[in-house]
Amino acid sequence: MTTNAAKLMKGNEAIAEAAIRAGCQAYFGYPITPQNEIPDYMAKWLPKAGGVFLQAESELAAINMVYGAAGAGSRVMTSSSSPGISLMQEGLSYIACAELPCVVINMVRSGPGLGGILPAQSDYFQAVKGGGHGDYKLLVLAPATVQEAVDITYASFQLAEKYRNPVMILGDGLLGQMMESVTLPKVESPPSPPDWATTGRQKGKPRIINSLYIEGDVMEKRNQHIFAKYAHMAEDEVRFEKYHTDGARLLVAAYGSTARIAKTAIDRARAEGIPVGLFRPISLYPFPNDALRKAAAEARVVLTLEMSMGQMVDDVRLSLEGRVPVVFYGRTGGVVPTPKEILKELHRVWENRA
Amino acid sequence: MRQVTAKPKALTNAPFHYCPGCTHGIIHRLLAETLDEFGLTENAIGIASVGCSVFAYDYFNCDMQQAAHGRAPAVATGIKRVRPQNFVFTYQGDGDLGSIGIGETIHAANRGENITIIFVNNAVYGMTGGQMAPTTLLGQKSSTTPTGRSIGEHGYPLPVSELLQALPGAAYVARTTVTSPSQIRITKRALAQAFQAQIQGRGLGLVEILSTCPVNWHMDPVEALTFINEEMVAQFPLGVFKDFDEEVARDGK
Amino acid sequence: MRIKGRVDVEPELCKGCGLCVAFCPRKVLALADEVNSKGYRIVAQVKPEECNGCTICAQMCPDIALTVWRSGRSKEAV
Repeated sequence: MTTNAAKLMKGNEAIAEAAIRAGCQAYFGYPITPQNEIPDYMAKWLPKAGGVFLQAESELAAINMVYGAAGAGSRVMTSSSSPGISLMQEGLSYIACAELPCVVINMVRSGPGLGGILPAQSDYFQAVKGGGHGDYKLLVLAPATVQEAVDITYASFQLAEKYRNPVMILGDGLLGQMMESVTLPKVESPPSPPDWATTGRQKGKPRIINSLYIEGDVMEKRNQHIFAKYAHMAEDEVRFEKYHTDGARLLVAAYGSTARIAKTAIDRARAEGIPVGLFRPISLYPFPNDALRKAAAEARVVLTLEMSMGQMVDDVRLSLEGRVPVVFYGRTGGVVPTPKEILKELHRVWENRA
Repeated sequence: MRQVTAKPKALTNAPFHYCPGCTHGIIHRLLAETLDEFGLTENAIGIASVGCSVFAYDYFNCDMQQAAHGRAPAVATGIKRVRPQNFVFTYQGDGDLGSIGIGETIHAANRGENITIIFVNNAVYGMTGGQMAPTTLLGQKSSTTPTGRSIGEHGYPLPVSELLQALPGAAYVARTTVTSPSQIRITKRALAQAFQAQIQGRGLGLVEILSTCPVNWHMDPVEALTFINEEMVAQFPLGVFKDFDEEVARDGK
Repeated sequence: MRIKGRVDVEPELCKGCGLCVAFCPRKVLALADEVNSKGYRIVAQVKPEECNGCTICAQMCPDIALTVWRSGRSKEAV
């Protein structure tokens, strides 16, 4: 695909094409539903673009191949879904500590356990709170449309390189499987390997990619250094969408597919006279705390909607610091809430407001 | 007088942290000498694993990556696939390679990855204090087999070289030791051939080197060498299990 | 001319493991009573006149603590 005209593409395939156009040089992954179209697409098209595709023997191996390739200065990604992402947590912790850039697509399915293959948002905590062992975070971005998934995927490689930190794109089965019209970005060339990458030292000093710091004060400094980057992220990388939030007395907080469904319900509720708006965090880490607080300034109540038993609602409450009552409505297990049931919930919350 | 021994250039000036008499140091030196002789120090990317040799990145004077426990072959795969022009090696112990990382090892070998694995087998987890390894001998006492390894409870010592021999992607597999100057020379030759496997693009090269752990074996360093010669070699016979050169000769190519 | 050798010991690298002592074919080396800053007894040449610079000690040394020198007719360094 070379033209920039709008095309009808499945979410997973559009993400894969966006990654190739972003100059992704290597993909390592392991099959798992509902994201299989990503490795399938990559297997077919990435080598044609001069990149490396390799199906690993497990998610453990895949994320460690990502570690190696990223450490060697390659623009690299993987993709998986919930149980596979769980297996990648060890590697993500090492990658974050060793300060390597990479992009991880997570098309979330229901859990816990083997769960199901239907869409869910029950891995919010795992995505935004670190996920593996130790003090670290991923930069987590949650698109709500296929076009937004394309744009975020395209931008994510440079974000990963800017912060030398993994970027996770948190979608769900709905986003991955639906087809929408997208405009694809232009093809970008990957940069030369950075100075810190292991490319053979030539006449220089050896480069070491490492996450082992035996002495407490040295490890503490490493943690502080990593968290200084996260402070920069909080200043520069916060993304969100506001929808009818001006004057909203009922504010809905929702992300990804759920936010999209909520919009339909909000349109109907507004037509029925409820002053309701939507605040949609796009960056889940860093979380748009200040923007949410401002959007909720006139709200009497905030309703958090998720396809989970309630995870992002904790961050909503932390952001609002008790200023506004926060209530929660969620469906989980792969059950996607309908606009009708959300509308019913909007009525219930509005009528029961304090 | 003229100097007839010297530290290889592929080693940094950092003193080894290994316990007295541990033969990791000899193996480091042999690997470094081989890197020097092939002129690969400036090109090589090494992977340190988890265990006693975790600090290998401080010792080898080339670019290095430290890998999670058992994942060195996957890390090496990632590097080699994006940088086929570089020489890529891993340095792993028996717990790392034979237990937690056996999956990565077998699949890297089965894919015929053009990487070189230096596999140090000392039949014990050294860094964590002498627990049973997959290669612990039958009857051998360790901190987690206080009455000795038994077949019924713990199964058999894992024959890594024999396993890899079966895989078409493995180009060179040898088991050696460093218990004498002559064995050291044999190990050196094996390392050179494992390097050749990668350089010629033949597939994975692995040298399993029987090594001592005097502290956790509760032996003095000289006794530990005798233990290898008399006990370990009986379980893990030395030799070349597979050599791509022999295949070339046999196939008449 | 008889081949003569010498072994230089880097005291801070020696861990007193004794492998060189055990393998020296001419019993040139022994552990001294002297200890280094880490508390290891270090190896010393007790019969320096016997050394022919064969390098076996250096080959068996795990810590590259020994440097061998040689004079007279000899083969190449190992």
